Amino acid sequence: MNIELITFFIFSFLLIVTSIKVITSPNPVLSAIYLVFSFFLSAVLWLLLGAEFLSIILILVYVGAVMVLFLFVVMMLDINIAKKSAAYIKYLPVGVGVFIIFNVLIIFFFINTFENINYNAINSINVISESNTENLGYVLFTDYIVEFEIAGLILLLGILSAIVLTYRKNPNNKYQNPTEQIDVEKKDRLKIIKGLKE
Amino acid sequence: MIPISYYLILSTIIFTLSIAGIFLNRKNILVLLMSLELMFLSVNFNLITLGNYLGDLTGQVFVFFVLTVVAAESAIGLALLIVLFRNKKTIDVDDLSELKG
Repeated sequence: MNIELITFFIFSFLLIVTSIKVITSPNPVLSAIYLVFSFFLSAVLWLLLGAEFLSIILILVYVGAVMVLFLFVVMMLDINIAKKSAAYIKYLPVGVGVFIIFNVLIIFFFINTFENINYNAINSINVISESNTENLGYVLFTDYIVEFEIAGLILLLGILSAIVLTYRKNPNNKYQNPTEQIDVEKKDRLKIIKGLKE
Repeated sequence: MIPISYYLILSTIIFTLSIAGIFLNRKNILVLLMSLELMFLSVNFNLITLGNYLGDLTGQVFVFFVLTVVAAESAIGLALLIVLFRNKKTIDVDDLSELKG
């Protein structure tokens, strides 16, 4: 038992426990906070695999942006904390059965496939330098530049669709329309009345 | 050193837990979206692990793109959820039976 293996076992055990708490806790706020914990734990496990940049990105982007978005939505919605309902009891055997069957099948496959190779995880992949961030940036901006641009377009699409879906026009708002203001002519505003005698 | 199959088994356990979560949490679409996030996390685990196994950085590049797509997806999903709650005052999956003939 070396130190890496001990770290892996501690953090993977905590990751499984927090994942179970995410799907079973009755309060959505608690679920979101346990999901934040599980992101932190998996960031540590990604560090063990030598993916330093992605583990920092996981904490910054996921915990910093996406999970805060989830928490804001939980606060905006006025939902009561649901008790364990009849549907939960009804679907509990299905969930446990699916969990056990998939696990047995896939873990059996993995053990048969990868145990004979006895391959250990390496610390880093070096393309041009020792730094993982530098290597990733090199590959991202040379081989995958088109995909990088498409990722930017996808983010723009996300912004646009979120705004379009949730935007509500308030009829009480008072605002100026510059186009109509420019199009105004003299005869729309000024009326000259002739032949009016005092 | 850590054998590569340990990572794959861990990601399998997380993936099946999130599938079970989708079955269990039918009262709340929000927790369903959170199980979806867990599922993406396990997929990213697999990509990084197998990229490490093959000695190739392509796995990590793909995790980068998956993170981008998931951020956009969760933003759109939560916007849809807010519109749904505004119109129907509920986020229960069983109440969403508008298309039933």
